[in-house]
Amino acid sequence: MKALITNCSIVHPGQKLNEKNKDIFLVDGVIKQIGNLSTSISADKVIDLKGNYVVPGFFDMHVHLREPGREDEETIATGCNSAAFGGFTGIACMPNTEPAIDSAEVVKFVKEKAADHLVDVFPVAAATVGRKGEVLSPIAELYEAGVVGLSDDGTVIKTASILKRAFEYVQMYNLPIIEHCEDESLSGGAMNESINSTLLGLPPIPSIAEDLIVMRDIIVAEYTKGQIHIAHISTRRAIQLVREAKAKGIRVTSEVAPHHFTLTDDSLKTYDTNYKMNPPLRTNADIDEIILGLKDGTIDCIACDHAPHSFEEKEAEFEYAPYGIIGLETSVGLSLSELLHKKILSLEQLVEKLSINPRKILNQSIPQFKEGEIANFTFLNIDEVWTVDISKFKSKSKNSPFDKRLLTGKAIGVVNNKKMLFGGEFIDL
Amino acid sequence: MSLSSRHLLGLQGVPKEDIQLILDTASTFREILERPIKRVPTLQGKTIVNLFYENSTRTRISFELAEKRLSADSVNFSIGQSSVSKGETLKDTIKNIEAMKVDIVVVRHSAAGVPNFLSRICSSNIINAGDGIHEHPTQALLDMYSIREKFGKLAGLKVCIVGDVAHSRVALSNIFGLKTIGAQVSVCGPSTMIPKFIEELGVNVIHNIDEAIQENDVLNVLRIQLERKAREYFPSIREYANYFGITSERLEKNGKDILILHPGPINRGVELSSEVADGLNQVILQQVTNGVAVRMAVLYLLGTLN
Ligand SMILES: [Zn+2]
Repeated sequence: MKALITNCSIVHPGQKLNEKNKDIFLVDGVIKQIGNLSTSISADKVIDLKGNYVVPGFFDMHVHLREPGREDEETIATGCNSAAFGGFTGIACMPNTEPAIDSAEVVKFVKEKAADHLVDVFPVAAATVGRKGEVLSPIAELYEAGVVGLSDDGTVIKTASILKRAFEYVQMYNLPIIEHCEDESLSGGAMNESINSTLLGLPPIPSIAEDLIVMRDIIVAEYTKGQIHIAHISTRRAIQLVREAKAKGIRVTSEVAPHHFTLTDDSLKTYDTNYKMNPPLRTNADIDEIILGLKDGTIDCIACDHAPHSFEEKEAEFEYAPYGIIGLETSVGLSLSELLHKKILSLEQLVEKLSINPRKILNQSIPQFKEGEIANFTFLNIDEVWTVDISKFKSKSKNSPFDKRLLTGKAIGVVNNKKMLFGGEFIDL
Repeated sequence: MSLSSRHLLGLQGVPKEDIQLILDTASTFREILERPIKRVPTLQGKTIVNLFYENSTRTRISFELAEKRLSADSVNFSIGQSSVSKGETLKDTIKNIEAMKVDIVVVRHSAAGVPNFLSRICSSNIINAGDGIHEHPTQALLDMYSIREKFGKLAGLKVCIVGDVAHSRVALSNIFGLKTIGAQVSVCGPSTMIPKFIEELGVNVIHNIDEAIQENDVLNVLRIQLERKAREYFPSIREYANYFGITSERLEKNGKDILILHPGPINRGVELSSEVADGLNQVILQQVTNGVAVRMAVLYLLGTLN
């Protein structure tokens, strides 16, 4: 099929592109031509972007798909739909499924389930068998099966000793270790330790639970020359530790979730379990440091930690409810509202954090605006004002604290794998 | 006069007028409790459910008695942890109970925030009878009632809460209620038992029990939990008793008349010496009656709101 996308503003910081009024001509999902083309080309389908942005397809490197195991909460198909409608063309899925992604069979299963979708799914495998922290996963086999990183996410890699061994072993395959930083002797609480945890009588998780493991992991990564990626960084001190480590040349990167730069633990006052996540919502001082970290590059990317949970499980006593919220369909809107429109990041910087850097960390190629390249785009209307409506979410779960929130800017379409999502419909290209 | 809220979830944010109204109403009921016929028909036809997820005989009996004295129909649901793990969710339970056309739910639960949660999902009036380590408003109101009974006022008094403040639902409710009404509140205990950032509430922190005795008009002494979990917070019971236990020697050194409150049951020789505990018997019995009066006041004010 020949498709012509007209009137695009193209932004690609990797290619130093920032051009208005361009047209993109696709043949069978591959870029044929970019320029001022509209009058000269006949196409089967013409899409007028009306000056909206076209950027390299967004990538979320921290997504929990619940398949296999909890298909009642999310399947690979519904998770991919949620990603596409949220503006993502690629996601990395975390291994804490049932069974865990700790064997080539499960990797194969996930890849097969995702095969025909617009969204590319890159499995992250468990670093240790069953995420138990005792024995290394079959890393060579997992690498061959196509995993892009290793993580015991949901929990921390239990001991410094198994972490050290994992770093040493993955050197052969150049895979990053993605760490959920939480000291287990200080964990298990329901919210951040602050005046609010005192007022609410909820068991606290002190910020040092995160800081200590970030420090441990940086030191072990430095010693082994390994590549460590800090997942969902949330505390002031942890960000400072990453900043110092980067300055020393240690191979450390980090991601932040939109809820951690949008909300504080003040939101917990109604005991609404949609504000319960791990790491927990922190304080304004932590948000200030997150903003600094996003600006100076200490925080490399934005990843939403999409964590679907059934309504029944979330609708419970706060202490007993599971951690986590879904985020794929609000991540771009929150990033544009909270970071672009508040002049914290430029659009170029935002594209780096939502598209380019996560792919770099996971050693994946970056989509290019060039003739002959597979079209892998996200369309952005950065000024559209819209209200989040969880009932319209494509995710199978609805556990979001952002329902009814007014946002400015959203993804209005995606293109990848010879498919386009635009105007609420998937189109084969 | 009526309350400004249709639930009693805690004392945080409850206005002074409401607290005063509850205490004044409790005085009226206190008199009724001295009469030969202690029953009034005020809540006739109302149904009250006592939903206790945690075993607390004292609080439950106090509520039950208050309900009987007000002629309400009351139903007890005592749900052990075992049946929680069998699968019926809190929400299912409350929906089933509500189908019985219940006017007021009195709830006790080991998880903080459960009364708030219930107030969101059901239409009955909710009374918090203790949620986790969050609040226990009727216990605090009872403490305030007893203090007012002794001193004739609350504003300007100095009250110190002694013991494991961090793991007490009574402490936080007392702090909110007493501060609102104009008392000065301090807390005294080992630093591991003082909640983080408590100073931000305008509460003075002391670690010396003699100083606490000397500086205050009232000591509200909390029960020390003797099970293992609580004991992680101090080296030994002996050390606690030696440094924070209230003994008659310590009280005599001070000389002035000081009111000691204790929610009971007392660990003799731990937070209070046996001698001090014996001297308290009369006050504790009075507190039991005060507790019924205060709970009658709360039930009456919420039950007649609509
Ligand atoms: Zn995690």
